[in-house]
Parts: sequence; structure tokens; C-alpha cells
Amino acid sequence: MIYSFLLLIILLLGASAYFLGTARAVAVSQQTGGMRSLHSLPSHYGALTALGCVLPALIIYALWQIAEPMILTSMIKGNLPAEMLKLSANEFGLVLNDIRNMVAGNTLSGTGNPAVMAAAEQYISLQTSAGRIVSMVILVTMCVSAATIYSRIDIHLRARNIVEGLIKIAIIACSAVAIFTTIGIVLSVLFEAIRFFKIIPLQDFILGLTWSPQTAIRADQVGSSGAFGAVPIFVGTTLIALIAMAVAIPIGLLSAIYLSEYAHPKFRATAKPLMEILAGIPTVVYGFFAALTVAPFIRDLGMSVHLDVSSESALAAGLVMGIMIIPFVSSLSEDVLHAVPQSLRDGSLALGATQFETVKNVVVPAALPGIVGGILLAVSRAIGETMIVVMAAGLSANLTFNPLETVTTVTVQIVTLLVGDQEFDSPKTLAAFALGLVLFFFTLCLNIIAIRVVQKYREQYE
Amino acid sequence: MELTSHLASQSFPTLPTYDFAASLDKTETQAARQTVGNPFLENPRMTCRDVAVFYGEKEAIRGINIDVGCNEVLAMIGPSGCGKSTLLRCLNRMNDTVPGCRVEGEICLDGENIYDPSVDVVPLRARVGMVFQKPNPFPKSIFDNVAYGPKIHGFTTDKAELDNIVETSLIKAGLWEEVKDRLQEPGTGLSGGQQQRLCIARAIAVSPEVILMDEPCSALDPIATAKIEELIAELREQFSIVIVTHAMQQASRVSQRTAYFHLGDLIEVGPTERIFTNPRHRLTEDYITGRFG
Repeated sequence: MIYSFLLLIILLLGASAYFLGTARAVAVSQQTGGMRSLHSLPSHYGALTALGCVLPALIIYALWQIAEPMILTSMIKGNLPAEMLKLSANEFGLVLNDIRNMVAGNTLSGTGNPAVMAAAEQYISLQTSAGRIVSMVILVTMCVSAATIYSRIDIHLRARNIVEGLIKIAIIACSAVAIFTTIGIVLSVLFEAIRFFKIIPLQDFILGLTWSPQTAIRADQVGSSGAFGAVPIFVGTTLIALIAMAVAIPIGLLSAIYLSEYAHPKFRATAKPLMEILAGIPTVVYGFFAALTVAPFIRDLGMSVHLDVSSESALAAGLVMGIMIIPFVSSLSEDVLHAVPQSLRDGSLALGATQFETVKNVVVPAALPGIVGGILLAVSRAIGETMIVVMAAGLSANLTFNPLETVTTVTVQIVTLLVGDQEFDSPKTLAAFALGLVLFFFTLCLNIIAIRVVQKYREQYE
Repeated sequence: MELTSHLASQSFPTLPTYDFAASLDKTETQAARQTVGNPFLENPRMTCRDVAVFYGEKEAIRGINIDVGCNEVLAMIGPSGCGKSTLLRCLNRMNDTVPGCRVEGEICLDGENIYDPSVDVVPLRARVGMVFQKPNPFPKSIFDNVAYGPKIHGFTTDKAELDNIVETSLIKAGLWEEVKDRLQEPGTGLSGGQQQRLCIARAIAVSPEVILMDEPCSALDPIATAKIEELIAELREQFSIVIVTHAMQQASRVSQRTAYFHLGDLIEVGPTERIFTNPRHRLTEDYITGRFG
């Protein structure tokens, strides 16, 4: 509570420091011959004062947030009963945990122990008084540092350079967050995958033909020992992605050609956004569309020609996924087709080529790198797609290329491995990380190729 | 205060240095004007009779009568927006691709009206080729650029014959010696002047009767321009050429006849030498002496 009030005060002080700094800069400049004699704009001086006021406060606040539990815990340790201090490190940790839980208001395990309750009360009172002290320190620091900068404002102070430098640091920090998050995710997946590969050898995982991740949880339990051959699920993923691309590439590409080359500009302006709406439909909606409409339809259709179609088929999932990625293919391809210079079309038409000959021989080849890039992005989207396949493709890892049978994909297996109560050191759970790693590697390669291809296309026309 | 607002509301005519509108009679600006000089030829390749082109409601050119002779270079000059490129694009119906464009009158190639509904535009464009302002080689190999026309028109299915057509066209376009060792390299990798000659070779490869050139040298340096001009002089022996140009020096160097356009009208047409030494219409004289344009 005290901290949210403090935050408000920090902001208010920062704002007033801004206006004071600006006013001071204006006043200083008027003594020495007008605004032009100032090194920077008055707002730069204001911003510098405000930053000098707020930044130290935020730094102290952040440091305290990190250090508070450690300092307070060490302070209450001395007051704990002697027999508690003699406990082993693990058990002592549990006691501290109880205290923290009690402080946070969760009185689940520590109820009844008077020593723990006393310690918790002491902790809370320490926390309150420490909060007051820290708030005072922060406010004093703010005033001192703001006043220092304020007194230093004169026409030679290079406020602009300092403020610009601080902005640059802030921008770098933001981009670093994105990059480090990515690296963090990759590394955590990588380390868990390595744990998995310590139990199941890499070649068994990559080359094995059976996927049956159920392992016995207890030693005396009757159950399968588990088989972690990932080939069937990668075959399933590839099969569904292939079906999806077989749907999406022709429809997406041809509709892109129609919109870019044949359609009236007004029609294009309406139809393109409409098509892009397809990309905005949540995949879970596609999922039950696939499971409840398309899959039964395919099964009935198969039965009418005496084909044995399972009610969850790769074909149903692939078809719906294909429809889902049509807008990716069509929208990206349309953009690159539209970017082909009109002079190329004119050149071809002036030689007596028909419109379709022009499209086929000049426009599409000129846009091909961009189209391929768009298709590859759609493929990586298809491989990573989960909801549709969870609902429509099924769970059993059949090693088959028959689109009428049930198959499963990498993403579906990751979902089923991690849903429900799990122990986090069994190969069954760790297999999800291994699958995730391979999937990530797959889509990463596809994306790199796609980006390279798109770049090559850009170089050609700029 | 009063005076300045009065002046502002009375805004002056558009061009302070030279007033086009004032130089024309009021009736003249509305109706097509009589062309000075004889636009007709004895044995023409193409004829334009009362051609008018509209972009939507706007009339770009009106009442144009002009012939294109066999084995001659006809230069079309005039200030920007005078309609010379519009007329050029009518000659192989490239204006068909412009939305809202309407052509009236009659344009004949060898006596046949190319705007007749029975005429198919595809073979027409094979007979009337075009070279554009900016070199626009296809992103294909040099060979494929030249072979493009012959392939789509099905001139030949024989590889040797196709090689022959490509070689002849590149020789005629004066590019063969420079590219014969790298026919499989992309056409876009050539220099600007080479690209434009490649586009000319591409147009020649379908053996047209007429070649239209829309400011073919405006994107090129003087050396490349000189080469293209030499090439035009050679090509005249086989083709009829209509060239739109802003460079009057170029018109006087390469053409036999020159037509001067102004605001959608054909003002004057005649032998190039006469137009440049003794223009009869005041607008022509003003333009070629550089008083405006």
C-alpha cells in the first residue's frame, strides 16, 4: 500500500521537476541573451531534471524489492527458538517458507506453531517500518539529485546529449528484453531436452518407429516401459502440413493472382481485407469446425464409396488447416505480385503476350522469391498449429501416409504429454521438451530460408 | 487589406512567363485545330484519322490526322502533357490496359482498322512493337528476354532456329558482341544502355512492322543515347519507327518527319529539316527555339 502511494509521489515529483527544470533553463537563458544561447532546448533541461529525480528513486526501489526478503529474513532468524536453528538446511527452509506463507496470508501448513506465528508478526512489523524508512530514503534522494541537477543548469550544460543517451539506453534495454526472452526460452527447452536425451538416446528418438510415451510411474506398477521413436509423429506432422499446403498454395496463389492482376481495384480493396479476416478467426473455432463438420463429412463421403475413413483423419485436419493458412499465402503473395513493376507487364503485353501469358511468364517468376517466402512462412505456421490437429487429427501415433487414417502431430503430442498431473523428471514429460526443440529447429530453419528468399527478392528491385 | 484580398481573388492566369490560352482563339481551343503542313503520305504504313482519346471525361487528344510511312522515323515532340505518348500508345492499343481510356476515330495498320471489334489485340501487338522510356528487361536471362516473344507466339519449336532468331535480333540491336558470351546471365545485370538495346532486340525478335519508342533514351547517358540513335538509323531500313522524344536534338538527328503536339492538338507536321529550320506555326517556333516547353 505504502509503495503504490510512493509511486504516485515519485511521478508527481518527476513531473514537477520537469517543469521546474524547463523554467530554470528559460530563466537562465534570458540572463545571457535569449533562447539561442542555450546549448539544448528548455524541454531537454526539464527532461534531464525529471530523469535525475525519478531514476535514482526507481533504482533504489528496485534494489530494495530484491533485497527485502533476504535482509528481513536474516533479521528474524535471531529471534527464532534455538531448536529451530539447529534444524538441517532443508527443514529450516521449510520453516522459513511457512513464515513467508503466513506473511502473505496463506496459513496452510504453519498453523499452530507459536514460534512461527511470532516470527511472522515480527516480519510484518519489520516490513512496515522498513517500508517507511526506504520511502523516506527515496524521497530524500529524489530531492537531492533533482536539486543538484537544477543548480547545475546553465547555458553550457549538454542536456540534449545526456537525455538522448539515456533514451538510447532505454531503447536498447527494451530490445534486449525481447532477445533475452527468446534466448531464455530456447535454452530452457534445450536443457530439458538434454535431460531427456540422457535417458533416451538421441538416435532412438530420431530414428525410432514407435511412439508410446506411457511409462510406469512407480517401480511396481504394471505398464508399458515407453517407446520414444519420434518418426511417426514427424511423419504425421509432415502429412498434415502437406495436405494443408496442397489446399492453401493453389487457392491462395490463384486468388492472389486474381486480386492483383485481374480484379478491379475497387473489388480488390474490398476483397483483400475480407480474405484477411480468415486469418483472424481463432484456431479453436477452426478446430471444432474441423472436428464436428469436416471430419464427419469426409467419413460419410468415404463410406458412400466404401472407403474406410476414421472419424478423426489427417485429411480433415489438413483441409481445415489449409483453409486457415490461405490468407497467409494469398495476402503475402498478393503484396509481392502487386509490387512487380507495371513496366514489366507493359513490356510483355507490348510483345503481344496475352494477360495470362504475362502473368505466367513474367509477373509470377518476377515475384517468385517473395511468393516462396510467403509459402514458407505459411508452412511454419502449419507445422506449429495445434488446436485444429488436437481436435481433428487424433492422438494415436500411426506411422502411415494414408490421409484417411488417424495420425498425430508434434504439437498434439506436446499437449497430451503436459496436460494433467505430471512428474517433471520422467522421460514422458521431458519428451515434450525434446519434441519442442525439434519443432523449434524445424520452424527456425523454414523461417530463415523464408527471410533469406524474401531479402533476395527485395534486393532485386531496390 | 481591401486591395490585397481583391488581388488574390482575381488570381492571375496559370503561366506567368508564357500564356498558352491567350495565344489561342476561343473557338480554336474548343474545336480541333487545322494542322499546319501535310500529315498525309502516298503509301502509308499506318494512318490515324480523327483520333480522339479520353481518359474518363478528360479529352487527352482530339482530331488527330497523321500517317506513318514505311521505312521512316517519325518523331513526335511537344511539351509534357501534349498527348504525344497517348497517341503513341494508341498505335498498338496499349491504352487498352488503362482503366477509363476511350479511343475515337480510326487507326489503320496496312489499311485495316486496329480498333475494329474483329481485330485481336495479341497479333496486332506482335506487328506493332514497343520500346519504353525506362528499360524494362524481364528478370530472366538475356537469351530468354529475346526469345520471349518468339516463344509465346509459337514462331518456332526448334532450338537451333530460336538460337538463330535470338542471335539475329541481338546483332540488329547492336548488342551481340557485348553479350554473346553471357547469354544465360540475367538481363537485369546489364547497364542501362545495354538493357534498352536488349528491349529493342526483344521487340525486333517478333519481327514487327512498326516499332514505337516512348522516349527511349531519357534514362540513358549521352554515350548510350548515341548508340541507340545509331541503331534507330539502321533499323529504319527494315521497320517503320515512331519515336516520342523530349530532346529536340535527337528528333532532328534521327527522324525524317517531325510532328509537333500542343495540348492535345497536332499543331504542325512536316519534314524534320523544314520543321527545325523553318517552322510555320508560332507555337512550333516557340517550342523549338526554347521559348517554352
